Amino acid sequence: MEKDKVPQDEGITGGVSREVQYAIDENGKYVKVMSTGWEPKNIVNDLAWEDIQEQVDIANEKIESGKASAIMYFMAKNQMDITLLSNYIELPKWKVKRHLKPKGFSKLNQTQLENYAKIFEISVDELLKYKPNN
Amino acid sequence: MKLDFEHIPAGHCENGVISSLLNYHGLKLSEAMIFGIGSGYFFAYMPFVKVNGIPLASFRPVPGMIFAKAAKRLGIEMKKQSFRKQPKRAMDELDKVLDKNLPVGIQAGVFHLSYFPPAYRFHFNAHNLTVYGKEDDTYFISDPVMEYPTTLTSDELKKVRFSKGALSPNGKMYYPINIPEEIDLKSAIRKGIKQTSDWMLTIPVPLFGVKGIRYLSKRLRNWPNKLGAKRAAAYLAQMVRMLEEIGTGGAGFRFIYAAFLQEAASVMEDDRYNELSKEMTKIGDKWRNFSSLAAQTCKGRSADPDGYNTVANLMLEIADDEEKFFTELRKLIK
Repeated sequence: MEKDKVPQDEGITGGVSREVQYAIDENGKYVKVMSTGWEPKNIVNDLAWEDIQEQVDIANEKIESGKASAIMYFMAKNQMDITLLSNYIELPKWKVKRHLKPKGFSKLNQTQLENYAKIFEISVDELLKYKPNN
Repeated sequence: MKLDFEHIPAGHCENGVISSLLNYHGLKLSEAMIFGIGSGYFFAYMPFVKVNGIPLASFRPVPGMIFAKAAKRLGIEMKKQSFRKQPKRAMDELDKVLDKNLPVGIQAGVFHLSYFPPAYRFHFNAHNLTVYGKEDDTYFISDPVMEYPTTLTSDELKKVRFSKGALSPNGKMYYPINIPEEIDLKSAIRKGIKQTSDWMLTIPVPLFGVKGIRYLSKRLRNWPNKLGAKRAAAYLAQMVRMLEEIGTGGAGFRFIYAAFLQEAASVMEDDRYNELSKEMTKIGDKWRNFSSLAAQTCKGRSADPDGYNTVANLMLEIADDEEKFFTELRKLIK
């Protein structure tokens, strides 16, 4: 790729940073060129975020129909599955699965609630009061 | 205390950190040179390794390998430490080394990296950055994939050093402790090239090197049939992300390798490396074309098999090009 063809499509870098792209200059020599982004990358990155949002939507539906606890929403929002969440919370997966149900969630003590809240970077209050669509 | 450390933006974090650490100690080797010597170029399709539930197609060897191989071939001694479940010790040890005026490379998880653009923040744990100072609760950070130097608080740094999941860093940190006065760059370049050529041409498993590209091409053709439109698009999108998203310098490291070959031409005093660099640029351009076409196919998640066939055909063409390329390159080091 030539230096002047390095794309500058604003997108995932969000104005925060620019990325290094290797390209050849007018003398055929490789140089590092800063790029704000490239549309194909924006497309595939968006797709990945759509999939995350879908998990969040599924969690919200389950919470509304009383099948899941708020933990399911925050788990999805933090791009976690049960395995990763159990790694962070340092509990076996079967226990985490219980906490994903409203019944198991209601039995959590203050320390356990604090541990979950800390991982999701929210307060215990936010965890307890979470309702979909508010 | 803030060390006089030069922040050098790079295409790829692992090479970028090593390159700038060595630069601090007076050894000027570019990211591309480290990448070539450390045999960073690769292709692997590993259906048994899943990322977000999707089989992994990778354009580089496992994290840490480029770094280990480059150090070994250059005769540089690195101190490496991990601190499983000992965050406090990991931070104390980091402070101790910084107090000796040494910048330190660390492995980090990306998800909690507060200075990253939000769109970058996934659970990926094999990121690398340099810590080059500390004042009160603030650490000075040189992250090669960022345009400018940045900072993290002590708590933030601890968090990213102890992220969980696949490839979790466990507080890993590293820094050079012995750099030889004389470095045999020619020999290191030859070793790097030999290994990459071998990997690309002769691994007797169809998942690696040019055979891997051909194998994945065959599988990819069937994705819309086998997986349905939605999953197929997710699979293809992930491939494009492996090729282009932060850390490859574009086209799955192919352009960084072309830059390495240009530098090799002057070190080896052999213009044939320049010719091959041009060939590698063409290969990189084809991979970029792949990304562009694949992204269009993913967009709207169409199951139209034509889009998949087009990119699968392009992969076969690239596999032939890469096979020819490494056959030629290997001749140069004989």
